[in-house]
Amino acid sequence: MITKRIIPCLDVKDGRVVKGVNFQGLNDVSSPIELAKYYSENGADELVFYDITASAEGRKLFTDILTETASKVFIPLTVGGGINTLEDFDRVLKCGADKVSVNSGAIRNPSLVYEAAKRYGDQCVVLSADVKRVDGVFRVFAKGGRENTGMEAIGWIKQCVENGAGEIVVNSIDTDGVKGGFDLEMLDAVCNAVSVPVIASGGAGKIEDFITLFGTLPKVDAGLAASIFHFGEVKISDLKAVMAQNGIPTRI
Amino acid sequence: MIAIVDYGVGNLFSLKSSLAAIGADAVVTADAAVLQSADKILLPGVGAFGDAAEKLRATGLDKVVVAEAKGGKPLLGICLGMQLLFEKGYEYGVHDGLGLIPGEIRPIADVIPKDLKIPHIGWNALRFGSEKSPLFRYIREGDYVYFVHSYYAKTDAENVIATANYGADLTAAAANGNVYGCQFHPEKSGSVGLNILRAFCEL
Repeated sequence: MITKRIIPCLDVKDGRVVKGVNFQGLNDVSSPIELAKYYSENGADELVFYDITASAEGRKLFTDILTETASKVFIPLTVGGGINTLEDFDRVLKCGADKVSVNSGAIRNPSLVYEAAKRYGDQCVVLSADVKRVDGVFRVFAKGGRENTGMEAIGWIKQCVENGAGEIVVNSIDTDGVKGGFDLEMLDAVCNAVSVPVIASGGAGKIEDFITLFGTLPKVDAGLAASIFHFGEVKISDLKAVMAQNGIPTRI
Repeated sequence: MIAIVDYGVGNLFSLKSSLAAIGADAVVTADAAVLQSADKILLPGVGAFGDAAEKLRATGLDKVVVAEAKGGKPLLGICLGMQLLFEKGYEYGVHDGLGLIPGEIRPIADVIPKDLKIPHIGWNALRFGSEKSPLFRYIREGDYVYFVHSYYAKTDAENVIATANYGADLTAAAANGNVYGCQFHPEKSGSVGLNILRAFCEL
């Protein structure tokens, strides 16, 4: 049976991992390459690199790092951040990315998902949606969660899947950073609306949050988190051991 | 030297890097003479069957790959490259494959329960056939590998060297003599995948 995936997300700015990390045994804790190798060797099923650089020089550094990572780390690698055009897809795929995650780029240019899926295949296109409740309705937010687009989120996600998005990352702004668990209500709504893999993001604070996620919503395929892995609050090997004890299919 | 066939389908960066990581001497090539002088051939591929088969034929390398394989050279197809080794593919029409392994490529939707998602994407465990293939010399039954596919190889059990269960036992790897194919991506399957590539390089 296919396993539930555990995915650490690394925010990279000017070639360095932004959120401080706290690992013993790593010489350079803010090197994306070192960190990617560490995660790959310690049970991560996939990695997400998120480029939060604004400058052209930073972009170049990012693709250099991506290239080096992809030549040393042999698990699936998803890249996001600043993906607005097919040229952006091309740029990161050539450097060894397996999948490309689009967020604001798909909001600005609704045909981006369709065009990219047609050229690179559905499996290559990941829609990342930042979603927040506004007056009881799930709304899509842009610009890193700062701007309400006014679009209803479930409809938007469905439309992107019809256009060829092969996976959906649902990032709940309501639970993000709170560490009180994933947004089960929001994830359930997305899972019931689409038939492509759904990746839960936002809210994980401890191992039990993942157990609750996969136990409550068997349709969720993966859990994504950043700081709890980086700060060593949750070790992926411990998390997977508990998943296995709870009968959740996992790769150990 | 291992020759990776370059026929304009997919990204060969990871595959070449994974071979470098195990110390294999690999070249990406569209040159028939290089394929002929290579010790082994890797046939990669992503995308749709018909499109890839057409591109491979347009390069003329299909005939070279078939001739080398029939001459006994070890050949490994990966993902769509594995599917191309079979006789026919039923993705957007009916297309001829290379015919090096008996069988055909059918939608997994034909055989799995309706409530399972397509594509079959993620890590799944390998179950070996009745005999352990030399390709799996360095790995164990139950080891996990990474899959992304919507079609599967429908073939006789004697050609199947590993399956993965996704509501049905799908062909995960196949072989016919010196011709091998992996439906999964060994270059994306961590140390297990590298060990499969290492075993192939040592055949």
